[in-house]
Amino acid sequence: MHKLTNKLKGNKLAQIILLVLYVLVTSLSLYLAQASVTAFLLLLFSLLLLYYTELPDRLKWVIAGVVLIGVIPFVSSTGPGYQSYMEVATVVGIYVAMALGLNIVVGLAGLLDLGFVAFFAIGAYTYGIFATGQAANFMPFGDFPLSGESFWIFILIGCFVAALFGVLLGIPVLRVKGDYLAIVTLGFGEIIRIVFNNLDKPVNITNGAMGLASVKPPEIFGYQFVYPNQFYFIVLAILLFVILAVRRFEYSRIGRSWKAVRENEIAAQSMGIHLVRTKLLAFAIGASFSGMMGVVFAAKQTFVDPTSFTLLESITILVMVILGGMGSVPGVILGAAVITILNLQVLTEVTNYLNQLSLNGVISFPEALAPAKMQRFIFGAILIVFAIYRPQGLIPAKNPVFDEESLKEGSKKHRKEQITVEPDKGFQA
Amino acid sequence: MLAEILQSLPQVLVDGLALGAIYAVIALGYTMVYGILELINFAHGEIFMTGAFIGVAMLILMTGMGWLAAMPAILALILVLVVTSILTGFMGVGIERMAYRPLRNSPKLITLISAIGVSFLLQDLVRFITEYKRGNYILTGPSMFNEQFAIKFSSISSSFSDAFFKTSTLILIISVVIMMVGLDFFVNKTKWGMAMRAVAQDRETASLMSINVNKVISLTFFIGSALGGATGVLFAVQYGTIDPYIGFILGLKAFTAAVLGGIGNIRGAMAGGIMLGLLEMFAAANLQLLTGGILGAEYKDVFAFAILIIVLIFKPEGLFGKAVTEKV
Repeated sequence: MHKLTNKLKGNKLAQIILLVLYVLVTSLSLYLAQASVTAFLLLLFSLLLLYYTELPDRLKWVIAGVVLIGVIPFVSSTGPGYQSYMEVATVVGIYVAMALGLNIVVGLAGLLDLGFVAFFAIGAYTYGIFATGQAANFMPFGDFPLSGESFWIFILIGCFVAALFGVLLGIPVLRVKGDYLAIVTLGFGEIIRIVFNNLDKPVNITNGAMGLASVKPPEIFGYQFVYPNQFYFIVLAILLFVILAVRRFEYSRIGRSWKAVRENEIAAQSMGIHLVRTKLLAFAIGASFSGMMGVVFAAKQTFVDPTSFTLLESITILVMVILGGMGSVPGVILGAAVITILNLQVLTEVTNYLNQLSLNGVISFPEALAPAKMQRFIFGAILIVFAIYRPQGLIPAKNPVFDEESLKEGSKKHRKEQITVEPDKGFQA
Repeated sequence: MLAEILQSLPQVLVDGLALGAIYAVIALGYTMVYGILELINFAHGEIFMTGAFIGVAMLILMTGMGWLAAMPAILALILVLVVTSILTGFMGVGIERMAYRPLRNSPKLITLISAIGVSFLLQDLVRFITEYKRGNYILTGPSMFNEQFAIKFSSISSSFSDAFFKTSTLILIISVVIMMVGLDFFVNKTKWGMAMRAVAQDRETASLMSINVNKVISLTFFIGSALGGATGVLFAVQYGTIDPYIGFILGLKAFTAAVLGGIGNIRGAMAGGIMLGLLEMFAAANLQLLTGGILGAEYKDVFAFAILIIVLIFKPEGLFGKAVTEKV
């Protein structure tokens, strides 16, 4: 095995051939055996393989684009499981964007936010209130519900409103030292949920525990987005934007100041970094991704209620970041995908399988141990194990290393070739 | 409006005192661990919850075997309290050994994450065991100490109404007072207590003074968890129904109490707990009245968190704590 990987290393042609073969085989098996969840998961796995090949970055993006836009929707489209596959892929996309948002706060800036789902809720309610008749209760003008075409503007509005709340929460809280922050954000998450749950009086804004039903689906030029396979492309587009944004932020001046603040606040401050502003930016940007996806979530579910935004959700997103690797963009994407698929597909499938077994009398299996109910146990175990044994996560974060000499003399082109990476030492202690 | 508030005040005081007593003991656990390790022990709320479940399970078991009828109820309760606190105490030591000690030199963020993990793990473990044994994870203990008493506040002045309380409230408050006085004595007057204070002040120097730091930390976790577990039993007896998720929010509020009193300060935590309990009960009873019906009793949790945020912003060292400047 080791020999094989050694041979593959450096041989780009072999890597391409293997990857294409892998994609072909898995997509063919998915095409032929539509009900096979395994084939679908294996097809998704090809993206991870792609990450580990040594192809140029641009080619990787193209291949990933082809697989995500073309291959996956096409090969799964013929069977009865089409919508459920697309549903899974859409939800994965939503969580990836949120996890990337939390990654900025926790991974880059080192601020533990345990109420992150609050921003998601704010985004969802922003669209939910205005795309149902609910807004008519308190808005003196305008005709509600707004049409589905407003969805596209609301993606931006959701983004700004969530960022605004991020700043509003941040201003008082960020003066507090690190570990208090966890408690305060946790409290904030609960406060938002309680407030949404009870804001049906004196003025009915959120419709309380009943939630907002029949949210208008997005619409463009008379074309309505109703099914998961249509939302898949919306999510993909937003996700692309988010990933590009995160990538740019990470290596920019602000990204470097986040890391500096994470490593040592006092040292960072003495280097001229404005602490509060830097932290506020992390909060606002992280929250804004979450708010955008909240809008999409509300439109996709066509139903918003406070039970979707519990503490468990916040912790789930945190688990994604920890599992993937704090501060590492590919890691967090992997972590989010793994956890979401585990949640949606694997746990329910295993539960169904075990129930089947106990129905047939093969084994007697207590209902209480159903894996679908064991989320907290699994997440808790992941958090402990990763904290103790692998705090840098599955794919550790990397920092570019610049060669000082060539920076001083070299031309731009020359410089580009010199950039190598080394592991980010932040969480390895 | 004032008349109505006054009318309900005696009952609010009694209920608030009971709730505050519970907050106070749990806040002790947070404050002791924070004082020594500078770590928010998220799992502490879950230890409290586990204590409640162990206690109720024992009470149900004893009822089943007929012991509860055979011996005086107060004796049974003391037995349950002692056994539960020993079990949860060792649980706390185990958690520290497994999940916190390997991370003592890691960044604080990592330790916090491990603590959250422990807390979730425990919730589900308790849920699983209870559901497996009973078919339902919400547990109702045997009803004990249900005799109602009335304090005739109305005889003092007609603007008060009578306050009612159960025997269990009395037992709760008495046991909490005993626990707090005992702990205060232990920390301030014994050799081990002195070692604990020394470690909290400066771990490295303490270890130079031939104090076994690991042992002291274990002891701290044992005492904090034992007190938390015992409070869990008292909580279950007082309020009847428990579920595996009570610990988290209650723990959060107890932490608020610890912050309110100045974290790391044991007497402060006691005072903070009682204060928070009183404030919360007052809010639950009167928020609707005070805000003209806009905010109802369901906002009492929001109220508690708002207190936390306000204290952290304006007086982060708490009411009885000393301000600490960070050393470079």
